[in-house]
Amino acid sequence: MRAAIVLLAALVVACAGPKESVVLLPSPSGQDTAVSVTQGSRQVLLNQPYAAARVSRAALDAYPSSAQEVQGRFGTALAAQPLPPAQFTLFFVDGKDELTDESKQIVDGVFAEIARRPVPDVFVIGHTDTVGNDVANDALSRQRAEVVRNAFVARGLAVDKVVTIGRGKRELAVPTADGIAEPRNRRVEILVR
Amino acid sequence: MTRRYPHRLAGLLVALAAAWIAVPAWADVGQIKVAKGRVTVDRKGQELPGEVGMLLEAADVLRTGADGSVGITMRDNSLLSAGPNSILSLERFEFDPTTSQGRFDAQLRRGTLAVVSGRIAKKTPQAMTVRTPSAVLGVRGTEFVVSVDE
Repeated sequence: MRAAIVLLAALVVACAGPKESVVLLPSPSGQDTAVSVTQGSRQVLLNQPYAAARVSRAALDAYPSSAQEVQGRFGTALAAQPLPPAQFTLFFVDGKDELTDESKQIVDGVFAEIARRPVPDVFVIGHTDTVGNDVANDALSRQRAEVVRNAFVARGLAVDKVVTIGRGKRELAVPTADGIAEPRNRRVEILVR
Repeated sequence: MTRRYPHRLAGLLVALAAAWIAVPAWADVGQIKVAKGRVTVDRKGQELPGEVGMLLEAADVLRTGADGSVGITMRDNSLLSAGPNSILSLERFEFDPTTSQGRFDAQLRRGTLAVVSGRIAKKTPQAMTVRTPSAVLGVRGTEFVVSVDE
């Protein structure tokens, strides 16, 4: 008798199953977005803002959702979303680890983006143009990254929140032949999360 | 004692692989950036408090209480945030920051989840999925929400 009750309960659970829903949100950048929802052999493609699907073990149905429904149901989850990662590029004087005058003026703005995060992690990736050999450019790209890190640390960022990487002339922003002094390649890329 | 050796070997291999692609040896796949109310992380049979700043590993399972919510940023810039009474499993995460190649599979077992996909899904549209108990969501460069009610 006991075994039969357990089996019945298991059957009820299997029949009811969880009810699930998926809603595609508008893309902030306006780019094409889509989510495919696949359940067994059935599939629905959500590719319009607020296109939605309801799923259970037995069914998959598309329906139109709305901003109001999303806010009511997912408001707390959406409110917990971390700040989106921010990216910046700073440029350097030819052959040196000194920022250009224009880039010096941006450092405070980048730091403000770091400072608004409770637990920032920051990547600073240094690059050079194609003038000079690999050894010199690897060293220079690292120095450039460290100069930027030091600027953030001087403004109050804990040094263990920053990772610096030097890529030398391996990842050019503007492809050039070897030996070309290209200002747009003399840069550090900064990722703030 | 014998059980510890494979573990150390795996750690060493991960460190060597990471050094080889010239990137620091992170074991972590993401970080808790936002936490409110009760948040815990199941890791290798242990229940850890889920606090802001905590580094996450593949196979971690995040749980939120009735008053809880949590937001995480993954290494590929994906953003995942879960509302109250949620169970979110970071089943698999592999990411090469140089090429953006990788694989990210998460599972929402219960509750609500908001997702902003990152570099993995942007680079390879089939490389990120979010599973629910009944369905598999294929992510193609997207912001969306998912709920699982019991």
